[in-house]
Amino acid sequence: MKRPEFIARLVVGAAVLGAIAVPLILWWRTPLVHAQMAEDGGWNPDALKAAVGVPLQLRITSDDVVHGFAVGKLDIPAVDIVPGKVTNITLLFQDPGTYTFFCTRWCGLNHWRMRGTIEVVGDVAAANPPHERSRPLYTTLGIDLDAPRSAPLTPAEKPVAALEAQQFKDELAGYMSVVYYRSRSPYEVWRELRADPASAARGDSELWNMTASIWRSNTTPQAVAEGEQLFAQNCAACHAEGGAGDGVFADDLAAAGQASLQSMMGDSQMVMQSPARLTDARRMLAASPALLQGKILRGGMGTGMPSWGPIFTEEQTWNLVAYLYSFQFEYR
Amino acid sequence: MSRLELTAHGGVKALLKNRYPQLALLVLMLAGYIFAIMAGLIGSPVGSSNFSIVFVWIAWWAALILVAVPVLGRGWCSVCPIPLPGEWLQRGAVLGPNSHTPRWRGIRWPRPLRNIWLQSAAFLLLALFSTILLTSPLVTAIVLAGMLLAAIGLSMAFERRSFCRYLCPVGGFIGLYSQAAPIELRIKNKSVCTECIGKPCYNGSAEGYGCPWDVFPGGLTKNTYCGLCMECIRTCPHDNIAINLRPFGADLEQPAGRLDEAFKSFVMLGSAMIYSAVLLGPWGVLKDAAYRIGSSSWFMYAMAFVAFICILLPGLFALCAAPGGGVRTFRLRFSRMSAALIPLGLTAWIAFSLSFVLTNASYTLVSLSDPLSLGWNLLGTADIAWQPVLTAGLGPAQTLVLAGGVLWSSRVAHRAAAGSRISPVPAMAYCAGAALLLMWLLL
Repeated sequence: MKRPEFIARLVVGAAVLGAIAVPLILWWRTPLVHAQMAEDGGWNPDALKAAVGVPLQLRITSDDVVHGFAVGKLDIPAVDIVPGKVTNITLLFQDPGTYTFFCTRWCGLNHWRMRGTIEVVGDVAAANPPHERSRPLYTTLGIDLDAPRSAPLTPAEKPVAALEAQQFKDELAGYMSVVYYRSRSPYEVWRELRADPASAARGDSELWNMTASIWRSNTTPQAVAEGEQLFAQNCAACHAEGGAGDGVFADDLAAAGQASLQSMMGDSQMVMQSPARLTDARRMLAASPALLQGKILRGGMGTGMPSWGPIFTEEQTWNLVAYLYSFQFEYR
Repeated sequence: MSRLELTAHGGVKALLKNRYPQLALLVLMLAGYIFAIMAGLIGSPVGSSNFSIVFVWIAWWAALILVAVPVLGRGWCSVCPIPLPGEWLQRGAVLGPNSHTPRWRGIRWPRPLRNIWLQSAAFLLLALFSTILLTSPLVTAIVLAGMLLAAIGLSMAFERRSFCRYLCPVGGFIGLYSQAAPIELRIKNKSVCTECIGKPCYNGSAEGYGCPWDVFPGGLTKNTYCGLCMECIRTCPHDNIAINLRPFGADLEQPAGRLDEAFKSFVMLGSAMIYSAVLLGPWGVLKDAAYRIGSSSWFMYAMAFVAFICILLPGLFALCAAPGGGVRTFRLRFSRMSAALIPLGLTAWIAFSLSFVLTNASYTLVSLSDPLSLGWNLLGTADIAWQPVLTAGLGPAQTLVLAGGVLWSSRVAHRAAAGSRISPVPAMAYCAGAALLLMWLLL
């Protein structure tokens, strides 16, 4: 072979090999976390590892639409993940455990299932003693989350707490504790008030107002406001901002039905249900805060309602519960 | 008609005779082509951020349809990387002729297929899937790789560049529109070719290869099938090959009247119209049908697409060819008159391309800065927001281009009609109607 031909072949070979190898090597050396709509796979990878005190640097990109990234129970703001762009995020964990990262944008029908985990290993920092793991109240109370409930009696008008709170202060002294409030449904409280000689003379609507006052006394306007924000970000797509269960995804979920769930979970037993109507007084007045806590933490177990246990802190959950009752009570 | 021989300039001739400058460009193009395939395979699936989509369907397409084809004709083919690997394997060499040429099959391309029907079919096939092809990097990568592999496979089985000549979906329309370009490769003196012994331009010699496009330069009368590979300039022992600058549309003065070429002009004009409607139009239902490949609505769209291009457009044009006389003469008239659609088709594609190229040009800067979508910012332009450019002048520019196309087509129709002894008015009306439809779709 003549020398020019040899050199030409060498150049061609180098160019071809370079055009193949260089992108491959660079791609291999730059691992990305890919975000896709849950129907197309969700996060990839969806299981990450980290160590306590060691910054975890993530390079996240979206392969389809705008997603959001946040880590449950970690006090960091959500970050938008833009299609085709790479977003750099650094996380620092103080405690070992399993954290859930999730999408914070309504990216698709199964947005709620777009989650992954970060397994954090290492020692617990001295400054951050492990929180005593307490069982959620609904498990302590042994509440059957799936049992049908319906208040046999509902108020004619939306009970008002704010205006009447002072008026009932003395009468309600025995009803104000957090434990009492969280473990009873509004209807149960109303029934106990009706049976209480101290308030037996009051009319039905007054007793409902007193019940609303008990609910109000166990929260704050700030807590309800935070609950409202959480609801708008995470719940309103299905349950609707007004709580009527007809959010923008409700129809799509109903149309996609079982197939949508099964495509995600591979479980043929799941049955898609319409989002609960939080404005339904019979349903909500029969639900205790502990029951709602359980529904939120555990989710709907195959009904379409996701589990929020790994996402919300305990405080956030109670704030959200407090907000849910605002669909029944005027207490802000 | 006046010609200016560019190769009369010593510098130009030396540049073209020398194999290395072209080879350097070809190798660069090949590396870029393979890089585009890799980017399509491993880069972001988001089309607007992927090098393969941005550089193939925006940058390359803009360069091809706005500059290369109208000005250089088949200029792109002279640096196209697709046939290279196959050709190198076929020849057994990258540079000059190899004394130990590998023994590939070297079959002659089947006679019934020695036309551009397959190229038109290939273009139609890609056009039917264009919505996904233009937006999915993976599909783009697969098509690019498929073309490369097809070219290699055909080079192993058939002689010369059979892929380029008979199958390439891009080469078909470049060849059609190259007739309008002001550049041509032609012989200087026909008698020199006639008397030339051995015809090294076609058969090859120690100086270079025989025409890879299976063309005898001595018989060249139009640009359509000359790939401007420049081999004949290198092999001609009599220095009888020239690159000329000529008036635009010189090849359209005397249309050849081939039915496959006539059909190609309908494919291209019809595709420009449908693309304008689907990709730029406001009709959600149409867009939806075009994007839902495999659905019943897509099949309806596909049937309408094919019927519009293969039946409606030629059918209406057949009326312009003034039926009368025998079938044979009608066919010839029809084919010759269809040359009038070439300038209009070219300007339709320019007008259509201006629209989406100016709209999407800003993606090229972003993609250059981060070609593999790995979060780089090599040129500091990775975070530039999408921004259409020069859109204020888009409408007037498209109008001017299409108006120019109608005038040019009318002129070609006039000459073709005179040659066929029919009235040019129906064909001119057809072109005006098509241009108005395009303006309505684009503006």
